[in-house]
Amino acid sequence: MGTKERLLVIGNGMVGHRFVEKLIENGGAQERSITVLGEEPRLAYDRVNLSKFFDGKSAADLAIADPAAYAEAGIEVVLGDRAVEIDREHKIVRAASGREFAYDKLVLATGSYPFVPQVLGREATGCFVYRTIEDLEAIAAFAADVGTGAVVGGGLLGLEAANALKNLGLETHVVEVAPRLMALQVDDPGGAILRGRIESLGVAVHTGMQTKEIATGPDGRVAAMLFADGGELHTEMVVFSAGIRPRDELGRACGLAIGQRGGFVIDQHCRTSDKDISAIGECASYDGRTFGLVAPGYRMAEVACADLSGGVERFTGFDMNTKLKLMGVDVASFGDAFGLEPGARTISLVDTVTGVYKKLVVSADKTVLLGGMLVGDAAAYGALAQICANRLVLPPHPEDLIMPAAREGAAPAGLGVDSLPPAAMICSCHNVSKGAICEAITAQKLAAVSAIKSCTKAGTGCGSCVTLLNDILKIELRKAGVTVTNHLCEHFKHSRQELFHLVKVHQVKSFEDLLQRHGQGRGCEICKPAVASILASTWNEHILDNGRVGLQDTNDRFLANIQRDGTYSVVPRVPGGEISPDQLIVLGEVAKRYGLYTKITGAQRVDLFGARVDQLPHVWADLIDGGFESGHAYGKALRTVKSCVGSTWCRYGVQDSVGLAVRLEHRYKGLRSPHKLKSACSGCARECAEAQSKDFGIIATEKGYNLYVCGNGGMKPQHAQLLAADIDEATVFKYVDRFLMFYVRTADRLQRTASWFNNLEGGLAYLRQVVVDDSLGIAAELEADMQHVVDTYECEWKATLADPVKLRRFRPFVNSDTPDPSIVFIRERDQHRPALWAEKADRLQGAL
Amino acid sequence: MLAAAREAESATVSVRWADLCALDDIVPDTGVAALVGDKQIALIRVGHGAEVYALSNFDPFSKAFVIARGIVGDKGGVPKVTSPIYKQGFDLRTGVCLDDPTVALTTYPVRVREGRVEVLLEELPPVVSRP
Ligand code: SRM
Ligand SMILES: Cc1cc2nc3c(=O)[nH]c(=O)nc-3n(C[C@H](O)[C@H](O)[C@H](O)COP(=O)(O)OP(=O)(O)OC[C@H]3O[C@@H](n4cnc5c(N)ncnc54)[C@H](O)[C@@H]3O)c2cc1C
Ligand code: SF4
Ligand code: FES
Repeated sequence: MGTKERLLVIGNGMVGHRFVEKLIENGGAQERSITVLGEEPRLAYDRVNLSKFFDGKSAADLAIADPAAYAEAGIEVVLGDRAVEIDREHKIVRAASGREFAYDKLVLATGSYPFVPQVLGREATGCFVYRTIEDLEAIAAFAADVGTGAVVGGGLLGLEAANALKNLGLETHVVEVAPRLMALQVDDPGGAILRGRIESLGVAVHTGMQTKEIATGPDGRVAAMLFADGGELHTEMVVFSAGIRPRDELGRACGLAIGQRGGFVIDQHCRTSDKDISAIGECASYDGRTFGLVAPGYRMAEVACADLSGGVERFTGFDMNTKLKLMGVDVASFGDAFGLEPGARTISLVDTVTGVYKKLVVSADKTVLLGGMLVGDAAAYGALAQICANRLVLPPHPEDLIMPAAREGAAPAGLGVDSLPPAAMICSCHNVSKGAICEAITAQKLAAVSAIKSCTKAGTGCGSCVTLLNDILKIELRKAGVTVTNHLCEHFKHSRQELFHLVKVHQVKSFEDLLQRHGQGRGCEICKPAVASILASTWNEHILDNGRVGLQDTNDRFLANIQRDGTYSVVPRVPGGEISPDQLIVLGEVAKRYGLYTKITGAQRVDLFGARVDQLPHVWADLIDGGFESGHAYGKALRTVKSCVGSTWCRYGVQDSVGLAVRLEHRYKGLRSPHKLKSACSGCARECAEAQSKDFGIIATEKGYNLYVCGNGGMKPQHAQLLAADIDEATVFKYVDRFLMFYVRTADRLQRTASWFNNLEGGLAYLRQVVVDDSLGIAAELEADMQHVVDTYECEWKATLADPVKLRRFRPFVNSDTPDPSIVFIRERDQHRPALWAEKADRLQGAL
Repeated sequence: MLAAAREAESATVSVRWADLCALDDIVPDTGVAALVGDKQIALIRVGHGAEVYALSNFDPFSKAFVIARGIVGDKGGVPKVTSPIYKQGFDLRTGVCLDDPTVALTTYPVRVREGRVEVLLEELPPVVSRP
């Protein structure tokens, strides 16, 4: 035991963890006695995706290191303690707690710290940095009580911090000392485009501003920022995000070589000036520079790990290609983005209308792509970066590579992944080549990007290579002769979108007609409700008319939600969640009359549970008398538009959110869609109605409304995207009409808007073009389709009660009016619940 | 003596077809529930003609009496009904679950005569009169 080599790793961030992981993988952990010393209170987590913390991801969700794996490999982990001294002579590291760690080999993976410029007042209450989970927790807690926040620094991290403040509901400012945003990644024209897009999201941008002092109020809290030019900005909190500096303090004290711009100097094997000490990640300096991205750090981890076991891998620098989505705006740069190489020429496209900037840097003879940058639309990034890295010969008109694809006849963007050599690096985060991906696809018969991800790890880092993975997969599957289908089911060899089109074009009004013309067999539980939904979205006839009963799922068939015991629940519509005392009394009376269990739902209305089929028409007759309408809780249709109380009562409200929610709910109620639709409307940026988790959500602003789309709660929560800012009410309705109808036409069956969006080629920019700019020229049609649905709305329950044929189906038994004896309730908490089978089985044996 | 009595009883009832409803009471491609004594039976009509199946209305997966409310269709040509609760499919001809062949619904002989749907039950409990 005593003879085992002692290996000490300082820092358990992303790179330190990757190093340990590699060591475990190649068996190097067994032959050593390993200790990991980390300052943060937890094992490594995904710092790259740190901001997702504000999207509701917990520390556990972000974790990338598994304590069990460390324990299993026999690695000792010491957390919450900081190394303060390296005694190289005795080979001992001392920690802040006083503990000492002897080592034979030492690996430094201490990362960086956020740089806070020397401005007066920078320690004031309300000043923060943005690097760890603890930082974000502190920011979130403080932001809850303030209305304005400013970020110092308009680089990558600054904009990410600004986005977070914005999402926390603050009026947000970005202050940058350089004359443009993201000065390291983009040039002046790119910076201008970026600025325009960021400002249109409601973030104020101040460039060329040097912060001199953070002024505080009498309570010692941040009150304003004072600038060198004499100007000032009122703000209640400040987040410093003005760059990072390597954490090399340990090396400075013990005489390790330190690079000019900081960082432990390393050689190609990641060794520092002391051969027993290696450094990896952001704290290391190679060839005079440090690397503030995770991919080069991961590469260093691999090299250092190989070095320990006598391997010969080398670190020879790294291209600092970046592709990011900042506040919904794509920004990418690769290769020689600023055209520094002698003789380099540039080709650029500046579109100030849509806010897109694309630049290619090519060799003097225009045959080689040296670099480039993309702002606003980075769809071509993957392909371009590959062309650049692999020095593929450019097509005769390289400009076609950045021309908008809409222009028919122009060459399709990119040369396609097909032309890449197997050695091409596709996922630089995880060092996965095209060859490795293709091999995994064929050998393991992978058929989905998710499978490639779990199999090769490609795509699980920054995510920027996922489009490429998708392309590779498609090509490989095609080569293997696999056809990728999205057929609805065995009865229709068409996708939902195709069927929608067929129904509309051929004026198909019944399932049987559609089946006869375009399908086979009798249909099933998949295609029947899907087609019923298409028919309803298109023609909006009563869902139980004309032989459509049999198409509907039981919920639609009985216009109520089936429960575990075969009873139904009833949810009357409460538009916007606004309800009068008299209506509340009606609900109470109806519940008492029919013995229904009542509960407030998660969507601002009341659910009445435990109704038998034969009770449903009676319950509804009474509800309709009381002024209620069907709430469509049973349908793939608009459910609710939640609201917050808004400017009518709330001291912070800037618009009447309840009024708008009620009007929205009335307009879209009854609209049948591929999946359910939910909405909400908040009266100010505090967002009490949670509009950003809805299929469409509206947040009031001083100037009007911000319209968000494609959010989701549920199983995979997803923040909504800002479609349009500061629009008036008429425009809200116009855009929502178009958006919803576009979704209804093109989505797959049971695809919520969020996953529809995630699969929408062209993403937000495309959606905006279709909905806002009418790029497909179908806006008028979409609006007309919606108007038809609105004009033909009727309460499904009212229509059902008026039709004796429909009512016949609500008999409990075809040959008897005896109430279903299998329904048995048990008292619980002053109401009742359905009996479990065990509680009623003995008395129901005869029914079997 | 007991055995003799039971024999006599079954001899008198075993041949009876119970008249449950008119064919027109069942909308094409849907089902209805019928109550025969305490027993709940799902009558499922396939297509617009006289193709009717009778099965237990009890869904063994959810333990609710709901089979009659399922969607009617086919899987590779096999006529089926899908439970409305957890969506298992059942072969209408045999009652066997298409997703788990170890589970089956009881099936009953059924016929359509002069527009009436009749089911044959082994031990026929008293028929509840139609109101
Ligand atoms: C009643 C209610 C729970 C409650 O007691 O509060 C409820 C009950 C059901 N939800 Fe829900 N959801 C209810 C609010 C929600 C919410 C919150 C909201 O709407 O604000 C969500 C998250 C928001 C969202 O959808 O984005 C929600 C996300 C889901 C999901 C996951 C959807 C997703 O996209 O991941 C399902 C499953 C599905 O639809 O496939 C679901 C499915 C269901 C079903 C239909 C499950 C089922 O098939 O039995 C439940 C029907 C019970 C019934 O008979 O009413 N329910 N469900 C709520 C009814 C609200 C209403 O007034 O209409
Ligand atoms: C908000 C944000 C967004 C980012 N986005 C991206 C992106 O999109 N793409 C990308 O490539 N990169 C991104 N990065 C950068 C990326 O997170 C880093 O490159 C990566 O985390 C570096 O890993 P590391 O292990 O070198 O450093 P770190 O992850 O910082 O880990 C260093 C660890 O060492 C600990 N430590 C330091 N000194 C000591 C000591 N003396 N004793 C004990 N422990 C010590 C620290 O507490 C820390 O836990 C982002 C960073 C942030 C903050
Ligand atoms: S969370 Fe699950 S259990 Fe609760 S209502 Fe929704 S679907 Fe039912
Ligand atoms: S390049 Fe970052 S995940 Fe693949």
